[in-house]
Amino acid sequence: MIALLLRDLKLAFRAGGGFGLGLAFFLIVTVMVPFSVGPQSELLARIAPGVLWLGALLACLLSLDRLLALDWEDGSLDLLATAPLPLESTVTIKALAHWITTGLPLVLAAPVLGVLLNLPVQGFQWLVVSLLLGTPALSVIGTFGAALTVGLKRGGLLMSLLVMPLYVPTLIFGSEVARRGAEGMAVQTPLLLLAGISAASIALLPFASAAVLRVNLR
Amino acid sequence: MSIWEYANPKKFLATSEKVMPALWISSAVLITVGLVWGFFFTPDDYRQGSTVKIIFLHVPSALMAINAWFMMLVASLVWVIRRHHVSALAARAAAPVGVIMTVIALITGAIWGQPMWGTWWAWDPRLTSFLVLFLFYLGYIALWEAIDNPDTAADLTSILCLVGSVFAVLSRYAVNFWNQGLHQGASLSLDEKENVHDAFSSPLYVCMAGFVLLFLALVLYRTGTEIRARRIKALMARERLEA
Repeated sequence: MIALLLRDLKLAFRAGGGFGLGLAFFLIVTVMVPFSVGPQSELLARIAPGVLWLGALLACLLSLDRLLALDWEDGSLDLLATAPLPLESTVTIKALAHWITTGLPLVLAAPVLGVLLNLPVQGFQWLVVSLLLGTPALSVIGTFGAALTVGLKRGGLLMSLLVMPLYVPTLIFGSEVARRGAEGMAVQTPLLLLAGISAASIALLPFASAAVLRVNLR
Repeated sequence: MSIWEYANPKKFLATSEKVMPALWISSAVLITVGLVWGFFFTPDDYRQGSTVKIIFLHVPSALMAINAWFMMLVASLVWVIRRHHVSALAARAAAPVGVIMTVIALITGAIWGQPMWGTWWAWDPRLTSFLVLFLFYLGYIALWEAIDNPDTAADLTSILCLVGSVFAVLSRYAVNFWNQGLHQGASLSLDEKENVHDAFSSPLYVCMAGFVLLFLALVLYRTGTEIRARRIKALMARERLEA
């Protein structure tokens, strides 16, 4: 498992792996927001938590199509499926690698972008905490979407259509935590619900992803 | 005599053809009676005036929008567990009907909401969760359309339906948490004291029964079409093989 994780990480970090593209996308989306809604700092401060969450979600979504597609094309996915490692573990490791290469950098970059959007001071810690808890769920749910569409030639747009509705609860609770944090309100309830969604997704969705992948590899 | 006999497409087609005329006629009669009764023979509401009468379209279509998804869930489970092709095709056939019902519910809701709430659309939990349900339907249908191999498509969509159901329920409660609503509570429920008044509820029940039968007729009809399309495909493949 560790070997697989290291392999995925190496592939992502090396040239052509696309590491940092998600991050760059996050940056550019956040920079575009003031151009579209105007530079008033009170307005930006109000929408900052939601915008940052949406940006992180989109960056996650866009990096999903390389999650399994490359391994599918060169056939290594077939080898992984026949390997002694259960496919459920393979899928979990893939999601973990995706989180380390996409989710974690987003979490780290979010406070910096928060400054750009004039996020209130008390909001920073809750923004980071909510993203830290929420992005694993985004990765795991996204892996399910990637597994569903892996066999398709132009699966990217379809995958967005499939994955976005599944992201709704995570997005709601995640940005609720960030918003309440920024406005100085109690965050406990949405925080616990967000953690619950993350934990349940990580525990259960790999089984669905592996089942779907088996169908696609048939 | 068990329900699994209808896993045989031939038997399914024979029986559904026998049942369908009765379904079409009774649903047409029930919907006509319900709507005419509802529109012309019920009193105006003392606050909402005659706009209240759109309830006779709104509630039945919303009911079927949710139950169509539920039917797809059951059919998907049957496909995953027992692998009866008719069941997978029935799930496929139900999706477009469900999405149309969702759209009808959303549009009639908007038309009703405009004079009552002063807005066509509000991010109310019920409205929002219906919109999310609409998106789930779109994804489900798009996945069916995208995959060539019918068995693969059936497998993938059924798993999507199972996972989607869990997330659809989650979203329903998440949006409840996220915004307090404008929408009134359930129009009809067994355990509540305050329901819609009897003058409205009787034609409403008639309309709901009509919509249920209409849904059944449409799904049976579309499933039959799917089975025949599958047969034509098989025949054409065989001819190509022999030529």
